[in-house]
Amino acid sequence: MTAPAIETENLTKEYPHGFLNLKKKTSLEGLNLQVETGEVFGFIGPNGAGKSTTIKLLMRLIFPTAGSARILGKPVSDIDMHSDIGYLPEQPYFYDYLTAAELLDYFARFYNLSAADRKERVARSLKKVGLETAGKIQLRKYSKGMLQRVGMAQAILHDPKVVILDEPMSGLDPVGRREARDIILDLKRDGKTVMFSTHILSDAEMLCDRVGVIVGGKLRGVGAPEQLVGVKTRGMEILFELASQSAAPLLAKATRTGDRYRLQVPEEEVYGALDQLRAAGARILSVAQVRATLEDFFMNLVEADRAQASAIEVSGK
Amino acid sequence: MMRIGVVALNTFREAVRDRVLYNLVFFALVMMAASIIAGQISIGIEQNVIVTLGLSAISLIGLLIAVFIGVGLVSKEMEKRTLYALLAKPVRRWEFLLGKFGGLALTLAVNTAAMAVGLLLAIAYIQQPIERAVGTVLIAVYFIWLKLALVVALALLFSCFTTPLLAILFTGGLYITGLYVQELRDLPMQVMSPGMQAFAKWLSYLLPNFENFNIVALAAHGRHVSGALIAQNSLYTAVYCTIVLTGAALVFSRRNLK
Repeated sequence: MTAPAIETENLTKEYPHGFLNLKKKTSLEGLNLQVETGEVFGFIGPNGAGKSTTIKLLMRLIFPTAGSARILGKPVSDIDMHSDIGYLPEQPYFYDYLTAAELLDYFARFYNLSAADRKERVARSLKKVGLETAGKIQLRKYSKGMLQRVGMAQAILHDPKVVILDEPMSGLDPVGRREARDIILDLKRDGKTVMFSTHILSDAEMLCDRVGVIVGGKLRGVGAPEQLVGVKTRGMEILFELASQSAAPLLAKATRTGDRYRLQVPEEEVYGALDQLRAAGARILSVAQVRATLEDFFMNLVEADRAQASAIEVSGK
Repeated sequence: MMRIGVVALNTFREAVRDRVLYNLVFFALVMMAASIIAGQISIGIEQNVIVTLGLSAISLIGLLIAVFIGVGLVSKEMEKRTLYALLAKPVRRWEFLLGKFGGLALTLAVNTAAMAVGLLLAIAYIQQPIERAVGTVLIAVYFIWLKLALVVALALLFSCFTTPLLAILFTGGLYITGLYVQELRDLPMQVMSPGMQAFAKWLSYLLPNFENFNIVALAAHGRHVSGALIAQNSLYTAVYCTIVLTGAALVFSRRNLK
């Protein structure tokens, strides 16, 4: 059996704070996580949930208070293992006195590549992120979205086996987001393992084989998006048009967009609602099942966490 | 070793692109002014004036670069988070640190060498042919560079565990204290308590002795500098830098990057 691509065991990070640093704030609490080889794993959670803390621990930018982490079966402190991983920091910033091509060439030098190989990889990476014509411009002239693309280029420059991306879609316009998604899908097609953090749930739902939901420093659920969400539906949505005014009570619950109305009703009430709408002169355009989304699952967890935090605050514990 | 070199060359490139070497223009102006003024002073002490002024300017400009850029070598990378992507590469933190040190030491070497050429040109302008002063001036310039390397190592150490402002104050304070190490050794020990004697003695050996590097007066008068002093200063700098950089690496290798 092969080792998981990324594995954490009871990974915990506390930060001292307050007078004389006597108090401790727990950013991450006992994280046990496994990301399998070849999968795209989404790490989702609200701001301050512990996503970046986890990724920084994996990249040895910070050190754990307790627990351990392994990538490709080796401890994260193993420097040679870093030849096989690519990392995109959150809101990346690079040496602004370099051009994108120079920066990538600089990073490529840490991988013992020949000059010709470096040149070829730099050009290929720039092309992949859509910066082939901007490679000779100094990074101080780059927009935030362009820096994000450079960040992606340096993460995949050396053809790593595991790619860890911290908020890869952040700061990107719709075109950039689409390209970032395509890069992640390409990496998956090439058999790479990708772990990325995001709070854009539609991206996670679209790209990930599995997601981990982290709230308040604790992992609250791991699984395929459809598994986490479950098969339960939120009801039925009726889309209809109504030319004339009507006083049907159901209309008060509908949302109007132009001539069209959307109405959500529980599944067992759908036939009754359709009868009422027809009687009011509505033209039914569609009736569709509304499935629970990852967002619903996510919001339930976040609200439960906030409720728990408020309860602790009220009880003074 | 290769990784240290890669970081060092990039640090040098950063200094060049951030126009650090523009200070050479300022130095050139100082040297031109000094040559003109010295030419108007009575014969016999022009060389003295030029050498003293030139070496002092080389030292002062170098110190400003060593302290202010030295403190920013690591702290700027942490503040701007340029370090994050780099440390994810197969490079150890101490390799990064040594690379940064090497890069600034290289920058200072180029800078100091260029200023030394300027100083020699100024000497040549007022005194043709230039004679015995040249050798001693070059040794004095070498000692200034050794001193600057030591200052960079200290700045790097302080910037690893404190804020840039405090690191500047600590480095500057230690430099000034280091100029008076000999005075500390010359204190009248017999009037002190045994505890104070031991403390003063140990402190005088613990503090970096920057006075040893100052041979401006010898250079100004074109006097001979012994090979033993050259060897002693070279070895002192190598050992002191090794200790300070080891301390910096130990602190930095456990530091959490926010």
